[in-house]
Amino acid sequence: MHELSIALSIIEIVEEEMQSRGAQQILAVHVRLGALSGVVKDALIFSYDTASEQTALAGSRLVVEEVPVVMDCPECGQRREVRSPQQLCCATCGTSALDIVQGRELLVSGLEVLE
Amino acid sequence: MNSQPRIVEVRKNILKQNDVIARRLRERFQHEGIFVMSLVSSPGSGKTLFLEKLMSVLRHKYRVAALVGDLATENDALRLARSGAPVKQITTGTLCHLEASMVEQALNGWDVGPLDVLFVENVGNLVCPSSYDLGEKLRVVLMSVTEGEDKPLKYPTIFNGADLAVITKVDLAAAAEFDSLSLERNLRLVRPDIRIFYVSAKNGDAMDSCVDFLEAQIRTLRAPLHAERQIQAVT
Repeated sequence: MHELSIALSIIEIVEEEMQSRGAQQILAVHVRLGALSGVVKDALIFSYDTASEQTALAGSRLVVEEVPVVMDCPECGQRREVRSPQQLCCATCGTSALDIVQGRELLVSGLEVLE
Repeated sequence: MNSQPRIVEVRKNILKQNDVIARRLRERFQHEGIFVMSLVSSPGSGKTLFLEKLMSVLRHKYRVAALVGDLATENDALRLARSGAPVKQITTGTLCHLEASMVEQALNGWDVGPLDVLFVENVGNLVCPSSYDLGEKLRVVLMSVTEGEDKPLKYPTIFNGADLAVITKVDLAAAAEFDSLSLERNLRLVRPDIRIFYVSAKNGDAMDSCVDFLEAQIRTLRAPLHAERQIQAVT
């Protein structure tokens, strides 16, 4: 359960953003979560709600966008989604995923700011 | 007053702080010619015994040390110290994984002298350590033959992030009805190019092949550094 550490990092990042942008209130924080990031969505939202309580972000929502794993497939000659995190191979042709180009993201991607 | 919310685009890596420190560590290790290998596994898969045996062999040729993470107790550090190499405990308290800052702090307060090889034993956990880069060159995931061949499918993220899989306790393989073909198939589903070693740290089976592999890695890492020093010596 390292989602609490992750939630605390998110809060820190957003507080810095609020300061630099002069934002007073945040309604929602958008994050992108790769299927191979090692972070569980529900645990992260739970941790965020608890950890943000006594901060400037109290009452804000954490909106999690889950990002699928995408590989560069040498066989298809293009980017393809993989079958699943348990089957890291091209969903189209089955070639092993040696070159993963997406799916490890752990990003704050946007803020809903009340002006 | 405009009360409509405005969407602001941001692009901030949540683990940026860890990644910055990990990069700093990696550059430091590269500069100082230290080969760093981290070990992850579930609790009880045999990280500590494997490492103890590895260090007792390598310390005759290289300056070897280990950092060992645990929630509580110094038992693992004491066991590793039996290898004769310097060992430092990182007690994480309630934290379920090591972070780059802990490795950096532990190193900064440690008068261990110049090193060739540093091992970092993570907290026994197959989930949380996967998100944190520690600045290591090589990440090894260990798993014992009693843990079930489908473990890589249950924890794909940690197996995907490892360079090397060491299957431990092979002396128990027959009793556990361990199926190596099934395990290898599962490992390659989540990390197609992973290298696999089978060992028994207890009776020493196949530890040599691991040692040989690591020595080759150490030599590769140090080759450019030696060449640079020789050029410096000549000029």
